[in-house]
Amino acid sequence: MAAVAALYDEFKKLGVEVLAMSTDSRFVHKIWQEQELSKMVSGGVPFPMLSDAGGKIGAIYGVYDEEAGVDIRGRFIIDPDFVIRAMEVLTPEVGRNPEELLRQIKAFQHVRATGEVTPSGWQPGQVTLKPGPALAGRVWEVWKP
Amino acid sequence: MPELKEGCVKPARGPIVPAAESAVPAAGVTSSQEVRKMTARVGKEAIDFEANAFIAGVGFQPVKLSDYKGKWIVLCFYPGDFTFV
Repeated sequence: MAAVAALYDEFKKLGVEVLAMSTDSRFVHKIWQEQELSKMVSGGVPFPMLSDAGGKIGAIYGVYDEEAGVDIRGRFIIDPDFVIRAMEVLTPEVGRNPEELLRQIKAFQHVRATGEVTPSGWQPGQVTLKPGPALAGRVWEVWKP
Repeated sequence: MPELKEGCVKPARGPIVPAAESAVPAAGVTSSQEVRKMTARVGKEAIDFEANAFIAGVGFQPVKLSDYKGKWIVLCFYPGDFTFV
């Protein structure tokens, strides 16, 4: 949470709204913000912290662990048409990489704006691919890992 | 925005099932088909929901995913407040 909050300006620049969700109540979110998050990141977490009572929303999104009664780490990129573009789900011990999240958002925004596709590990400014019959079998000419 | 009057228990709607899908299933529609419709998948429309939220500088407020329709959204689930990672 704090790692995403620290990069919040970058998310804002990309026009991204961040929503965080756990099975904790809104009261606990408030106290976590005041007691800990605000000490990790100046001003605390600037995006809404949602309460998934009973894990009902997490269950629909495939991240609710019934045995533990919590939502595991899962993040979803949703585009302006309300279509889910990406999901990443991890067991709780390993935290996520917000830089990779930013990279994926930039790639999806580029694809949406241009109709091009982005090869593995693409970063803004690097070569993209224009899918079509002419490219079949000739990707090696324009892109190598 | 003025803070809403706050009680100890405030039900939120949770997942919001499209009307057509929440209707009594037609004969021949299996429960697994119902479940499949209600599972988030890439390339498919996100499933809307409403949840109670804490927003810094605002307070407590219900939030609907579809309030953000038309924008790029990152939805992050995590195991719990005060956990370690």
